Amino acid sequence: MSLLATLPPGVCSGSSGAGQALLFATRPAYHGLIAALKDAGFEMLADLTAVDYLSHPGRSLPPEVAPERFEVVVNLLSLSQVQRVRVRIQVPESDAVVETLWDLYPGVEAMEREAYDMFGIVFSGHPDLTRILMPEDWEGYPLRKDYSVGRVPVQFKEAPGPR
Amino acid sequence: MSRDDLYLETAEGAQELRPRSETPPEELRREVGAVLRRPETLDPDSPAPDPYDATVLDVERSDEDTMIINFGPQHPSTHGVLRLMMELDGETVVRSKPIIGYLHTGMEKTGEELTYQQGSTNVTRMDYLSPLTNELVFSMATEALLGIELPKRAIWIRMLLSELQRMSSHLMWLATNGMDLGSTTMMIFGFREREMVLAFFEKTTGLRMNHNFIRPGGTAADLPDGWEDDVELICDNVADRLEDYDDLITGQPIFRERTEGVGAITAEEAIAMSATGPILRSTGIAWDLRRTMPYLAYDELNFDVIIGTYGDNFDRYAIRINEIRESIKLVRQILERMPSGDYRVQDKKVTPPPRARIDESMEALIHHFKLFTEGYKVPEGEVYTAIESPRGEIGCYIVSDGSAKPYRMHIRGPSFVNLQSLPVMLRGGLVADAIATTSSVDPVMGETDR
Repeated sequence: MSLLATLPPGVCSGSSGAGQALLFATRPAYHGLIAALKDAGFEMLADLTAVDYLSHPGRSLPPEVAPERFEVVVNLLSLSQVQRVRVRIQVPESDAVVETLWDLYPGVEAMEREAYDMFGIVFSGHPDLTRILMPEDWEGYPLRKDYSVGRVPVQFKEAPGPR
Repeated sequence: MSRDDLYLETAEGAQELRPRSETPPEELRREVGAVLRRPETLDPDSPAPDPYDATVLDVERSDEDTMIINFGPQHPSTHGVLRLMMELDGETVVRSKPIIGYLHTGMEKTGEELTYQQGSTNVTRMDYLSPLTNELVFSMATEALLGIELPKRAIWIRMLLSELQRMSSHLMWLATNGMDLGSTTMMIFGFREREMVLAFFEKTTGLRMNHNFIRPGGTAADLPDGWEDDVELICDNVADRLEDYDDLITGQPIFRERTEGVGAITAEEAIAMSATGPILRSTGIAWDLRRTMPYLAYDELNFDVIIGTYGDNFDRYAIRINEIRESIKLVRQILERMPSGDYRVQDKKVTPPPRARIDESMEALIHHFKLFTEGYKVPEGEVYTAIESPRGEIGCYIVSDGSAKPYRMHIRGPSFVNLQSLPVMLRGGLVADAIATTSSVDPVMGETDR
């Protein structure tokens, strides 16, 4: 891969089905890797999101990567080299804290807030980590797999009421 | 700071813009846009200041000088339910913060509960001003995972519809932007022309909005008989009327006065804030995914990428009105070169059989039943696809676990990301211009909140 001359320690490359550039990083190496990629010409952070692998632990990963419950997925974009790269980081459930990328890419602010809001992953160092889509007093993290889909009981017109 | 402190701080943290005295320094630095700017007092050769260092914070005002006002979410010029909180010093906006989530309906969660077959019905409701773009990006992500290649006609029908969609979306923007700046004539004009495009969509897909027409594997149907004449008529009409808009708006002194130099953003700021689409192009960066990372068959067509110079509201207006012209150019080329053939892939595991076949063939009936009860299985993997929506890069990240439903379906909404650059544009401007600037970002709240 011509993205970086040498991959820093704690980083390994993977292959995605659709031939897209993919890197896996450990949490300590994460911030340094993104900084190195930014220096290598990835000027824009296109997207940051998370995935809860609670009910799909057996996904295909390189042998160096130990699967954890959560993954943070970062999509970087290079305008100058017309290239994309995706970085995936394993985040354990017991300690769901990841360093923020806000000091590198200020535009990640809303996306990290969304990931916090939906998955409860804390981005340490984020300037304003509050819920962004859900109300402030909401309990639980809706996109986690153990958070069930809300249902409203349907009341039919002719059906006898509860009392 | 321990982890518990973080949880405590954020569990019920206020989303609102708070007074300066209650705002932590790093948050304040972000809100005043200091992350992107170098304080003027600083030596230009020295390295950029540490964003966490509170001592270099350029706070030039105290709470006594300023007033925090709330704008929205029910204000008509917020284009939906955007709530903006602005700190004003007199009439000047000092800090601002968009507060969103009023239209959150959990579409990403819903997407995990629907099969790929049903998924396009869900995503089409996100960006309700360009539903076909949402369907397209979802379908392209699914097809990348399935590894299927589309027939040529399907690709060109998709291109035709996305360009018409871009026209209708930008016409709608011209209408609402005109309304925000006090030109009700423009509002009527924009809606009138958009209605022509929507009438064609209704004829083609059966619905004016939320079409669910572009589906994984192709499109739902072929174009209707006589579509060439309809499209020709739309192109001729809109092209003529764009000249009227130029007469009405582009050269008008009041309009220019209110847009030129207002809400400016630099290229560095736009890239740092991950802004895409007309906002990025208005700063002079020719980044259009149709040209730079071509998808469908855009590399076979001739069109120009419109860019601006100053990154102000007028540039964003000019980009959108000229992109309609480019879309007309594209639609005319597609009209000439539309290939014949199939409009969807002939794979019985993905494509439902034609209605007539169900009455004659047992297999067709089985396939139909299987597809509409269970859906089709998609191989394990993950993919991120991005295309150029009228608002910028719309991306779709799908993780498949090999079943018939996406394990995770995430949409990178351009409006959601672009809204972050609004505080940068508003800072230092007048509160009366805030409405024009908000409008020029073109946020669609359905997509922002999803």
